[in-house]
Amino acid sequence: MKVLRKILDEQAKLFEKGGPLEKLYPLWEANDTILYTPGTVTKGTTHVRDALDLKRMMITVVVALIPCVLMALYNTGYQANLAIEQGQGVKALLTWQTQVMELLGLPFKSWHPISNLVHGGLYFLPVFITVFAVGGLIEVVFAILRGHEINEGFLVSGFLLPLTLPPTIPLWQVALGTGFGILFGKEVFGGTGKNFLNPALTARAFLFFAYPAQISGDKPWIAADFSFADVTSTLPDAVSGATWLGKSATSHALGEHAIFGPEWIKAFYGFVPGSMGETSALACLMGAVILVATQVGSWRTMLGVIIGTVGTASLLNLVGSETNPMFAVPFGWHMVIGSWAFATVFMATDPVSSAFTESGKLLYGIGIGFMGILIRVVNPAYPEGMMLAILFMNVFAPLIDHYVVEANIKRRLARHAA
Amino acid sequence: MQELLSIAIKAIFIENMALAFFLGMCSFLAVSKKVDTAMGLGAAVVFVVGICTPLSQLIYANLLKEGALAWVDPSLSTVDLSFLRFLCFIGTIAATVQIVEMAIDKFAPALYAALGVFLPLIAVNCAILGSSLFMVERDYTLAESAVFGVGSGIGFMLAIVALAAIREKMRYSDVPPPLRGLGITFIVTGLMAIGFMSFGGIQL
Repeated sequence: MKVLRKILDEQAKLFEKGGPLEKLYPLWEANDTILYTPGTVTKGTTHVRDALDLKRMMITVVVALIPCVLMALYNTGYQANLAIEQGQGVKALLTWQTQVMELLGLPFKSWHPISNLVHGGLYFLPVFITVFAVGGLIEVVFAILRGHEINEGFLVSGFLLPLTLPPTIPLWQVALGTGFGILFGKEVFGGTGKNFLNPALTARAFLFFAYPAQISGDKPWIAADFSFADVTSTLPDAVSGATWLGKSATSHALGEHAIFGPEWIKAFYGFVPGSMGETSALACLMGAVILVATQVGSWRTMLGVIIGTVGTASLLNLVGSETNPMFAVPFGWHMVIGSWAFATVFMATDPVSSAFTESGKLLYGIGIGFMGILIRVVNPAYPEGMMLAILFMNVFAPLIDHYVVEANIKRRLARHAA
Repeated sequence: MQELLSIAIKAIFIENMALAFFLGMCSFLAVSKKVDTAMGLGAAVVFVVGICTPLSQLIYANLLKEGALAWVDPSLSTVDLSFLRFLCFIGTIAATVQIVEMAIDKFAPALYAALGVFLPLIAVNCAILGSSLFMVERDYTLAESAVFGVGSGIGFMLAIVALAAIREKMRYSDVPPPLRGLGITFIVTGLMAIGFMSFGGIQL
């Protein structure tokens, strides 16, 4: 290891002020901080003694995301294999992924774990790599031009975004969305910690509004070719391609299944079609435990979302509707379908774009829960509302903070006056 | 009653004057540096638009619309004065703004100073004229136009206050120099509009 340190230190001379490559300092710095803990300490009079710096914080989020990533790898392949195996006339897509699968001699069978993993990886990894290539390029260019550091904030956005995308999304769209999200969601404000919208969500929303055909409806969630599917034969439920959210908007599908029943458990584990990394509430729960235990993610935000969801869903259950079956969906189902768990654990708790004050976080969370369920149920245009709800509350988070602080000032003034 | 409620919700969130139609941008961008000032301007807009829209409705329905003058004399039932509506609406708005200005000057001089030139400029705030014209286009009754007016005012206030809070937070941002000021505010407005698009498609 000492050899590595020595190489880095020798090269440092090239990149430091006055060196021939001083413009490229952020690149050297990024390499250095990935390999070693940065040696910088606070200068001046204030000293914060805390092991938690930006690097450790962001890496903790990435660690918490690992269950979701593994689930994305496995479930994407599992769903595709299941559809090809069980659906009559459902074929593998005519893509290079299928060719690689055939080359490796892996069967399209859902009982074959290696096949599931490889098939999923062939769809997930290209998206993942595209996000990192495009986002990383923008990050590096901005770091060099504007002289800020390349920091780990991008690592988290880069992990979050691919997990929210469907497996069949064209890669050029991924590149475009990433570019928009990183550029307008973050870099124009000066980089990590200075933006007001979650960059990954900005990218997701951009893609959602710009190319709805590739990111909503029944088609994109399973990487298999349904165009020759025999629709007259009864496709097994899991194979029809529709997500639970899509199905429950048009029929009372969810009403037939009890909470904690077998279908619910399946949705909880995440073996259902959906965005690659969002299907499993269990994987998100593991992430939530890590985030809360390390105090990286705010439990207040998560609690707020839960309160908002339970309250709104129960209220809508009471109101009821004869034409809209979504009104009858209980909150126990709301929490395991769609991106609810992923959004609550990883998107809402983003420390930069959420409210900063403690009681503000609770209010912010309640707002997300309320808006998310409301959009899901009332808005026929968008079956999924959690992501949009978080973006909407991102817009109001600074306002919530402002009034929480004002209220604090008032209360303290009153206390001192007495 | 349900009709009125849906008009209000539509005006505040779904068809937000500032973030769905991008009306009233001049004061939206200029008076959104501090939350308190933005709140004051927002309240003034709510007041003005809340009075002007029903007033314009009365004028339009009873004087300008084709056949509206029939109550004066049956022979006037073919007269169509609706080409005068811009003139009349702007007159109404200007008069109301004048009254609001005098009232704020008297009762809240600090706010009056903070709002400065933008208070009389409410008179040409397109969000206000816009809501009068939407009222004509959608054929609202008096009660509906009053609710619509107050609703679109509140929607504008909500948007401008949120923008002001974001801009206060952005003091800690490091915006590239060429984008500082109005440039970044335009970008922020666009991003806020993406947030508000979550309502698009709701049918009430």
